[in-house]
Amino acid sequence: MTYSLKINGQARTVNVPPDTPLLWVLRDHLDLVGTKYGCGMGLCGACTIHINGVPMRSCQMPVGTAVGMQITTIEGLSAECSHPVQQAWIEEDVAQCGYCQSGQIMTAAALLKSNPKPSDEDITNAMAGNLCRCATYQRIRQGIHRAADLAAGKAVAS
Amino acid sequence: MSTQIAPPMDRRAFFKISGLAGGGLLLGTCLSFTDESDAAAPVEKGLGGGASLNAFVRIAPDGRIYIAAHTPECGQGVRTSMPMLVAEELDVDWRQVTVELVPLDAVYGAQFAGGSTTTPRCYTPLRQVGATARLMLVAAAAKRWSVPEAECRTETAKVVHPASKRTLGYGELAAEAAKLPVPDAKSVALKDPRDFKVIGRRISGVDNPALVSGKALFGIDQKLPGMLYAVFEKCPVFGGKVVSANLDTVKSLPGVRDAFVVEGTPNLTGLMPGVAIVADSTWAAFSARRQLKVTWDEGPHANDSWSGFLAKAAELGPQPGKQSLRKDGDVAAQLAAATRKVEAVYTYPFISHANLEPQNCTAWFRDGIMEMWAPSQRPGGGPDLINEVLGIAKDKVKVNITRMGGGFGRRLSSDFMVEAAAIAQRVPAPVKLTWSREDDLRHDHYRPGGVHFLKGAVDGAGAIAAWHNHFVTFGNRGRPGSGGSLSADEFPARFLPHYQSEMSVIDCGIPMGPWRAPGSCVFAWVIQSFIDELAAAGGRDPLELRLALLGDKTMVTTPGERPNGYDAARMRAVVKLVAEKSGWGQALPKGRGRGIAFHFSHRGYFANVAEVTVSKEGVLKVDRVVVVGDVGSQIVNPSGADNQVEGSIIDGLSAAYQELDLDRGRIVQSNFHEYPLLRITEAPKVETHYLLTNNPPTGLGEPALPPLAPAVCNAVFAACGKRIRTLPLSKNDLRWT
Repeated sequence: MTYSLKINGQARTVNVPPDTPLLWVLRDHLDLVGTKYGCGMGLCGACTIHINGVPMRSCQMPVGTAVGMQITTIEGLSAECSHPVQQAWIEEDVAQCGYCQSGQIMTAAALLKSNPKPSDEDITNAMAGNLCRCATYQRIRQGIHRAADLAAGKAVAS
Repeated sequence: MSTQIAPPMDRRAFFKISGLAGGGLLLGTCLSFTDESDAAAPVEKGLGGGASLNAFVRIAPDGRIYIAAHTPECGQGVRTSMPMLVAEELDVDWRQVTVELVPLDAVYGAQFAGGSTTTPRCYTPLRQVGATARLMLVAAAAKRWSVPEAECRTETAKVVHPASKRTLGYGELAAEAAKLPVPDAKSVALKDPRDFKVIGRRISGVDNPALVSGKALFGIDQKLPGMLYAVFEKCPVFGGKVVSANLDTVKSLPGVRDAFVVEGTPNLTGLMPGVAIVADSTWAAFSARRQLKVTWDEGPHANDSWSGFLAKAAELGPQPGKQSLRKDGDVAAQLAAATRKVEAVYTYPFISHANLEPQNCTAWFRDGIMEMWAPSQRPGGGPDLINEVLGIAKDKVKVNITRMGGGFGRRLSSDFMVEAAAIAQRVPAPVKLTWSREDDLRHDHYRPGGVHFLKGAVDGAGAIAAWHNHFVTFGNRGRPGSGGSLSADEFPARFLPHYQSEMSVIDCGIPMGPWRAPGSCVFAWVIQSFIDELAAAGGRDPLELRLALLGDKTMVTTPGERPNGYDAARMRAVVKLVAEKSGWGQALPKGRGRGIAFHFSHRGYFANVAEVTVSKEGVLKVDRVVVVGDVGSQIVNPSGADNQVEGSIIDGLSAAYQELDLDRGRIVQSNFHEYPLLRITEAPKVETHYLLTNNPPTGLGEPALPPLAPAVCNAVFAACGKRIRTLPLSKNDLRWT
């Protein structure tokens, strides 16, 4: 079947079976491989994208459910890595292997949109669904605090 | 600073470069470059052109510095820290550097990520690489100015002649410098560490901009023109063979291009038998697989189970071990005479590596060449295995090294590479093999489980009088699995006059492989927990007894066996510092406790103190972990180093919660709902300290991890009096009143 999707502000058309998860449409058909496959069951968060600004697990969304929605992937989060979360992730050197970080960043970006100055507890609750096998959790927490400061103009990107 | 992928190398040109590296061989036994001396002209190559001064350093006319990152990256930060070593001695500003990723090639010597060996292997040779290149640039400038080299010096990518106030940038000199002879690496003076400008700085990973924008390509992200997508179904009982499969049905499914049986070999960590499905997309392959029906010959291990193994271990434990590992003094007599004895059985399960990027590999077989894109910690292992199993000559296997979504030892194996190659041999297009999460969990090369039957005695003063361990481990065909073999020197061997260790192997069909700090990751838990039990039995403080056990020894060696002995003085120093940093000895209320443990592995001396809270309902929370490590005189990149330590600590805690069950020869757990990894909700605060000592810098991928689990379990005992002798932690009832 043919589906018309709005991804990162662009209209894209794909022809795939209806049960195809959005994750595999992004990865195999649209070459947006920043969104990762980790478990296929919505358990690890590596495939997190924004649907109308809300973080969702793309491995659990049949392609048809995304039609008419604004889909944002890590590639479309900002131009030139300018999003405060991306800036903070570089400054704090958050990533180790980096495989989960697209999902972590998408979840963190959504958190800061709804809660510009999250507490440690807010961060813990928001990030609980994203696994990091390298266990960069301490840096993720620092990164979100730093991003909040950058967004609030309390810190200048170094 | 930025990164890019180097274009494919012209081999002939490359050997010229290595010839220019000349002193290649002299650059050290560690890198052991190919020696093909050839006073060739400088080779123009790569993006942006420029002149190559050796296999690692290329300088463009505009002054841009390109440094090769030759070691596979699985999150340990070597694509940053290794080029930093070159940049330091080359005397350039890090911002002028572009790090280039290079394929598997003999000119780079060992291209390998395992055993925390990259830093100790490369620390000096890569500095020599930078230093010799710098001298060649100085020589070129001196020649152009007709002045003695000794009158010139370098200053951030420039050669300066102070007497005449003349300056030339590296970009202006590189082409000439590349024609000059390479100085003898061993005769080149390296910088005094006090003058370091790059080494020792906190530098953010070179791939971070690509990673945070989704542009960094892992193995699973590779795409080639006309590429097909494969899955590979193996027998749920390891090594089981295909009897029959409904291939015709599968081949008729939408998007499926082919389906076939792969014969496989009996090697449990090689090419397993199975059925391949090749399709137009990953989802088409995954979907078709749900319709696949295979009849398996499950082989001799179809009735194996973890409960059966434990029963067998319980039977073996009280008997003499099948193999004696070490016998010092008279343990039996000491135990018979002792008034205070402790007997304990420590049990831990098999666990998985659970890399977040499932195993995968892309392969393209054309014109007799097998080209691969492999997320491998040991890319050279692929051609070896492929040659052995598929008969393709090693030099016909070309390996491109991709970034890895986690290593932890799993990707030292090459099973996914040989599977991809076996499939690619039968497909007239490039093909990407992707394992599902379930494949990854059920076909790992697991960390072996084990059962330790311990007996210890304490004397009237509370000192350890005797130690006996019968270790029941797991193996294949009578030999212990990887990480399942106890060394005769394992601590506290060599520190006690009466010490005995024995080992018995339970044969199983489970593939085993190195898991972050193999052996150490569990032995430290057993040993450092049992030391705590003996401290309690003898009424001694756990810290004080440990220091007494280390005594006043310095380097402890075993004649003729271990060039790297056990430096008790270094261990004492980290133990004392961790006690100081953690506030050891300060009182905590009931329900809170502090535990200490130390371990030496991978050339690193580490001690951890964990602080925990155990609620009356028995809920354990690790609040804080203080880590002190001695990995020598220099931390190359403190930012990456802290990442390794923090990751090791939390990984160690995560592992203590993990458990695989085996039933009817099959791994029971399938995905993260049944095999949970630690989340941010449970991650403790980690405080890292390095004790710098006058020793060569060593690696940090592993040695911080082993002391974590015993530190936590000892803290639990301090908090609530419950002794944990079984992992996972969840198997223990920690309620207290």
